[in-house]
Amino acid sequence: MVRLITKDSAAFVFLAPALSAIFVFFFIPVFASFLIGFTDLDIYALGDLSKVRFVGIENYARLIKDPLFWQALFNTFYFVIVAAPLSIAVSLSAALVLNSKLTMFKPLFRLTFFMPVVTTLVAIAIVWRFIYHPNFGVINYFLGLIGLHPIDWLGDPNWAMPAIILMAVWKNFGYNMIIFIAGLQSIPEYLYEAAVIEGANGWQQFKSVTLPMLAPTTLFVSIITMIGFFQLFAEPYIMTQGGPLNKTLSIVLYMYNEGFRWWNMGYSAAIAFVLFFIIFTGTIVQLKLQNKG
Amino acid sequence: MYQKKTFLHLLLFIGAILTIAPFVWMLSASFMYDGHASVYPPRFIPDQFTLIQYKHLLARLNLARNFFNSLFLALSVSLISLLLNSMAAFAFAKYRFKWKDKIFNTLLASMIIPAQITMLPLFLMLRYMGLVNTYLAIIIPGMANIFGIFLIRQYAQSIPDSLIEAARIDGASEFQIFKEIFLPLIVPILVTLALFTFLGTWNDFLWPLIVLNNDSMYTLPVALANLMGEHTKDPELMMAGSVITILPVVFVFLFLQRYYISGIMLGSIKE
Repeated sequence: MVRLITKDSAAFVFLAPALSAIFVFFFIPVFASFLIGFTDLDIYALGDLSKVRFVGIENYARLIKDPLFWQALFNTFYFVIVAAPLSIAVSLSAALVLNSKLTMFKPLFRLTFFMPVVTTLVAIAIVWRFIYHPNFGVINYFLGLIGLHPIDWLGDPNWAMPAIILMAVWKNFGYNMIIFIAGLQSIPEYLYEAAVIEGANGWQQFKSVTLPMLAPTTLFVSIITMIGFFQLFAEPYIMTQGGPLNKTLSIVLYMYNEGFRWWNMGYSAAIAFVLFFIIFTGTIVQLKLQNKG
Repeated sequence: MYQKKTFLHLLLFIGAILTIAPFVWMLSASFMYDGHASVYPPRFIPDQFTLIQYKHLLARLNLARNFFNSLFLALSVSLISLLLNSMAAFAFAKYRFKWKDKIFNTLLASMIIPAQITMLPLFLMLRYMGLVNTYLAIIIPGMANIFGIFLIRQYAQSIPDSLIEAARIDGASEFQIFKEIFLPLIVPILVTLALFTFLGTWNDFLWPLIVLNNDSMYTLPVALANLMGEHTKDPELMMAGSVITILPVVFVFLFLQRYYISGIMLGSIKE
């Protein structure tokens, strides 16, 4: 009996430091952020907290009428809807090739493709800013070699987001590739043997064995990629500052500008909650689709 | 068969070149004199090799200080969070207590909440405590994290309870069990998590950008972003800065890559 009590209190002692840190520095801020979203907290109120007023849903009402917010929302969805499937397709292709029995030097290729994932995003964004340089950039040089006209990647409102997408895919595909390789390796060999006996060719095997067996992996990969991509920030911050013509302004960049540049904190908190709502809904929708499919 | 094999390797080879080309150009430009990287066609090998950009960065622009900040913060956050996360994971993996599953599931579910939501109140909190622009502003929010607890617990479930029971019968205290039985058994996952946390803290940008606000406190990414504002026309200097920022994480990763890869796999296992 005594033993039981000490065991229980020991569990409490082991849990307390981490859980109190998470409670105080994560859960309380989440809750506080929710409340701040219903106030007009700004730089003036910061000095004298008694000036903070509760404004109900005013911030959210303002958001709905704010063209810049809709632009940020549109840009972020554009980024996620194009970059996420593209990045997953590249990851899966790389995983399939690396998983083939014919492939040599697998560890070396795997390492190479994975390298961009661990590198510092800010440094990479700076490198790519120069790679996209309209006159001296490496990309326009290669376009020139195959006879294409140079593109003002980051200066042209229509090309800035595709440029960011291309870089994001390059930077991230290695991560999902690793998860896909693990998923592919867990598919039992006899399924392919059975398919071959039934006369299935390579594409049919992919469609009727690989893809269905990989479905849980694909769901996981889709969800984490979507969550990560909705938080787009450093790429536009470094490469375009949200421009040209706000065409790369993302939700998090807008939230940062409103909250930490102009100190419209109530408004910024409301933007953060919209981001949370989108990520939450996106995850639920994907889980639902998967269960139906 | 032979044709297919050649085709596969051709694809892999092109992919590998596309993947490393930006790194090669970065490295090459960082060893050039001012203006030598702004040429057409681009150079993948320096015409005249020089270390002048590195000297300029480390001596005059004081990037050595930012390097130290990044290193110190990444190490501190890794060590502290490793301790706190493994203690909590020990409790979740090896004890039975009231509401255990409820607490754990709440933690897991809240992993969907994007960190950006917490930043504003957290900033105000730290400002109130006078900690903005100090190392603690980075360390405190990183002391413990849900993913770390989840990862260690996942790994620790394979440790047989009988080992812990046996130690208890031998009269070991609960803390001794944690230190002398549990920790040594989870060393591989601790290395993995240390690696994740180190790289995550080193590479982090938004939070340090918010809470650190002068040159001497900046971490490398923030210093680099700040430098970019004044040196948009100096690719050579900026590439040297990028190399200094990227090289340490690349080395750390190369040494410990198998821990990193196994961590991704373990993290992606759902219950």
